[in-house]
Parts: sequence; C-alpha cells; structure tokens
Amino acid sequence: MRIRRHSIAVAAAVLATVLAAGPTVAQEKLNVLATFSILGDFVRNVGGDRVAVSTLVGPNSDAHVYSPAPADAKKVAAAKVVITNGLGFEGWMSRLVKASGTKARPVVATKGIKARRQAQDKGHSHGNADPHAWQSVVNAKIYVANILAALIAADPAGKATYEANAAAYLEKLDALDKDIRAAVAAIAKERRRIITSHEAFGYFQDTYGIAFIAPRGVSTESEASARDVARIITQIKTTKVPAVFLENVTDPRLIERIAAESGAKIGGKLYSDALTDEKGEAPTYIDMIRHNIRQLASALATS
Amino acid sequence: MYDALFGPFVEFEFMRRALAGTVALAFGAGPIGVFLMLRRMSLVGDAMAHAILPGAAIGFLVSGLNLFAMTAGGLIAGCVVALLTGIVARMTELKEDAALATFYLLSLALGVTIVSMKGTNIDLLHVLFGSVLALDDQTLILIAGNATLTLIVLALIYRPLVVECVDPGFLRSVSRAGAPAHLAFLALVVINLVSGFHALGTLLAVGIMMLPAATGRFWARDITLMILIAAGCGAFSGYAGLLISFHSGVPAGPGIILVAGALYVLSLLFGHVGGLVRQVLPQRHLEA
Repeated sequence: MRIRRHSIAVAAAVLATVLAAGPTVAQEKLNVLATFSILGDFVRNVGGDRVAVSTLVGPNSDAHVYSPAPADAKKVAAAKVVITNGLGFEGWMSRLVKASGTKARPVVATKGIKARRQAQDKGHSHGNADPHAWQSVVNAKIYVANILAALIAADPAGKATYEANAAAYLEKLDALDKDIRAAVAAIAKERRRIITSHEAFGYFQDTYGIAFIAPRGVSTESEASARDVARIITQIKTTKVPAVFLENVTDPRLIERIAAESGAKIGGKLYSDALTDEKGEAPTYIDMIRHNIRQLASALATS
Repeated sequence: MYDALFGPFVEFEFMRRALAGTVALAFGAGPIGVFLMLRRMSLVGDAMAHAILPGAAIGFLVSGLNLFAMTAGGLIAGCVVALLTGIVARMTELKEDAALATFYLLSLALGVTIVSMKGTNIDLLHVLFGSVLALDDQTLILIAGNATLTLIVLALIYRPLVVECVDPGFLRSVSRAGAPAHLAFLALVVINLVSGFHALGTLLAVGIMMLPAATGRFWARDITLMILIAAGCGAFSGYAGLLISFHSGVPAGPGIILVAGALYVLSLLFGHVGGLVRQVLPQRHLEA
C-alpha cells in the first residue's frame, strides 16, 4: 500500500515539476485539514504532494463520539483549507471553527449530493439527513470534485496538478464502482439482504441495491439477555435474511449460537465511518469499499 | 400462561440448552455448596473461583475461547492453589484461611495481568462473565459430565465427609479417610467452579453454589434434605432466571443468580429452620 501511495506521490511530484514550471515547486505545502479519515484520504489523493493533510478524527476512531480537544482548535487555526463532510455529520465543527479563530471557511464536501433521509433516529441523530454519503462511490466522485475546487481556490498555482490527480483518482473510483455492481450482480436477487447494526449503509443500499436491515434488540452491552438473542433469531427466521453482520455482539460463542439456530451466515467486519491505520484492512477509501464488498459477496453467495 | 412459562423453551434451542446447562450445574454445585457451608468454608468457593482465573486466562491466551484449553487451565490453577494452600497450612504457622487468601489474591492478580496483556477489555468480560445463552454441545457435555462425576464421587465419600462436618475429632480417631476425602472434596469444588465458569463466568459461578445451599439451611435440619433443597433451588433459579431474562431483557447470568438471591432472602425471613420471622413469633411448644 505504502509503495502505491508513494508512486502516486512521485508521479504527482513529477507532474508538478513539469507543469508548474519552476518557481512554485519550492513553495511550502498547502496545509489542509479534513474532519475525519475518509475525507483525509480523498484530500490526499487529490492534493498529492502539494498538500499536507491532517485529520481531526483519525483512523479507527468514531466521529460520532468525538469531542474536540484544545489541540484540535490549534490544528483548525493552522489550516489554510478546512474540509468537512456536512449533512450534520460533524455537529461539533461550527463551534470549533469559531473557537479556533481561523480565517479558512470550512468547505462542505457533500455539496451537490442529494441527501437521503436518515432511516431511523436512534442513538446518534444528525438531524434528518443521512450523512454517510461516502458509502456510495457515485457520491465519492462528488466529494472529489468539491475537494478539487476547494484546493484550486486556495492554491491556484497547483491547478494542473490537482486536476491531473483528481482525474486519475476518479478513474480508479469508476473502476471501483463497476466492480461493486459486478459483485452485486453475481448475488442472487432474493439474497441481496443482510441484517446489520450499522446505520451507515443507506447510500450504499440506494446505489447498489443490497438491503441493510437493522437488527432488533441486540445491544452493545457485555452480556446479552435471552430476550435480545430470541429477538434477533426470530427476526432472521421471519425475514429469511441469508447473512447477518453483528459487530456489536462481541462474544464469538454467542454469534455462533445465533448462526447455528437461525441458519444465517455470520459476516465479518464491515467498515463504515473510519479507515483503519496502515496495517489494517482498510487503510484507504478504496480498500475499505473493496473490503466491504468482499465481505458482503462471500456472506451472500449461495453455498 | 403456558406460552409465558414454557413457550420460550419450546421455541428456542438456545433456551433449552441454557436450561439444561443450569440444571446440571445446580445438581453438581448445590451439594458441594451445602458441604462447604456446613464446614464453614463458604468463602472458599469464592476464593477458588478467583484462583482458577489465571489458568483459564492462559488457556484463553493460547487458544482463544477454546473450551478444552480454558477448562484444563482452570483445573490446573485451581488444584495448584488448593495444594499449595494445604502445604503451607500444614508446614508453617499460617492457618489454612490465611494461606488460601494469599494464594488466591496472587492468582487473581496474575490472571487479570495475563488477560489484559493480550486481550482488550471486552475479551476480559467474556472470561469474567460466562455465556449461558451460548452453550454449545461440548460445553454442555462438560457441564453434565462434571455434575455426574460430582454426584458419584460425593456418594463415595459421603460418610467421611458428613462425619467430618459434625465431628472431625471423632473421624480422626476411627478412620484415616478424612484427608483423602477432604482432598477429593476440594477437587470437586474446583471442577464445579470450572463448569460454572463456562456457563456463568468466574464471578457468578459461586452464586449457584452457595446461595441455594444457604437457602436449604433454612428449611432443613437433615443434611440429605438440605442437599435436595439446594439442588432444587439452584435448578429453579436457572429456570426462573432464564424466563425473566427472556421476558424483561435482564442479562441472563445475573438474572439467574438474582433469583437464587431472592429465594435466599425469602428463606432467611420465612424459613422453617431458624428463619427470622419464626424466631420473632412466639413458638408453639410441644405439649404432651
């Protein structure tokens, strides 16, 4: 992974040297702040070598439960460009921007995306719009376009570089989109349903046609009650869902029992709101989506 | 009514498994609890439950939530602590309770250290709290096998065990069965705790051992009856606790122990033998 990113960076640097012609090359990097890891990955891909990206909510952390620290206000103040997801995802952002006294106006990366309504307002509510728009690769391309515009506005000298990077990245996203559709097409139509505790896959569902059904009752507590277990088993049986992804049931023995009794397959981990670090399964956006679709395809394939 | 009381067990296999597991557990642990109580060793069960933690933890580290590894680890750790306690109590000035206290605390600290070294907190919780709702075939066989073994061995050492409860001096004067019976009994304690540990976790395994035993004490003077009541109480707690967990959403393991606790409190108040209400009310005297 590192090698690939490195080669992108090298290519970007070469491009920059060729296109930007001399003097601008020696300039300082553009300081860009993204609110969470997935946005950060988009910015890195568009900005290439010309930008230094930092994120407020890093890999493996949940933006829903994040609370800003004083050091974060400093990061915001130091940034020339601030990229946010919008759609109410970062409820804490407007206050943080005000507190930091930065002159950079936050750029909303979801601008132009048709927001879908949140399926249910349980636990974490972002108003009414569902903010997890990046789960559809079609939307990811809009993110990239918005980020491209923001970078060019902040650093006009790098326009050619950014456009070249963005074009290359968009091509990869197109390929990714095609692969997902192919993978979904390979799954029998009546099997394109899973039960999962994730609430983040609404856009994925709309774009690619795999239904994500919320489980009833299973809680994150360390010990499940008989009622919770009975409910989930009943739900799997009545809805005839071929697979469940139950990350919040942490006891593997219990998961096995549910699988044995309901006849459903138990899927692995799906990543929704954050990337993993370099060593993880989903260090970049593209890796994350590919990982998820692999998990879905193997869980839903007819055995 | 039928639906509320039996429906869950008819409909769901995991409920039947949980019930079978807790009933088997109650039949093994109840009698053990009664003997522990009569020998003023009620807290020994608790101490031993902590003592088996590092063994189970090492088993967990080596092969995850593997039944065999965790059972073997728990058995070894429990027996080592029991043996060391016996040796120290016999060879030094330290009494048995003090020796046990030192070893089980060391053992507990070691166990928590080992678990935290690799696992996250969530893993630790699985070790501390069992999974009565997720009993697989192997675990059920282990629990039932342990209960059977317990009852057989108890039947064999019943006589010396009872005599030692009542008059250890007398037993020593007429027989040399005391020491082996005591050791066998300690081994049974460890075996039952390991069983309970799979179903209810280390913390609550002691509950299904001691609470029904203490309950039985309030209803019977005769030790045989006491054992029967203890086993029955434990089995009923399992059934009622699972039902409550099914209908109200209380976690299953604690639910079972809370039912056992409620039975105990009721017996404490209204028990036939030495219950509080009986002591306060004027007693009817036997009249000729």
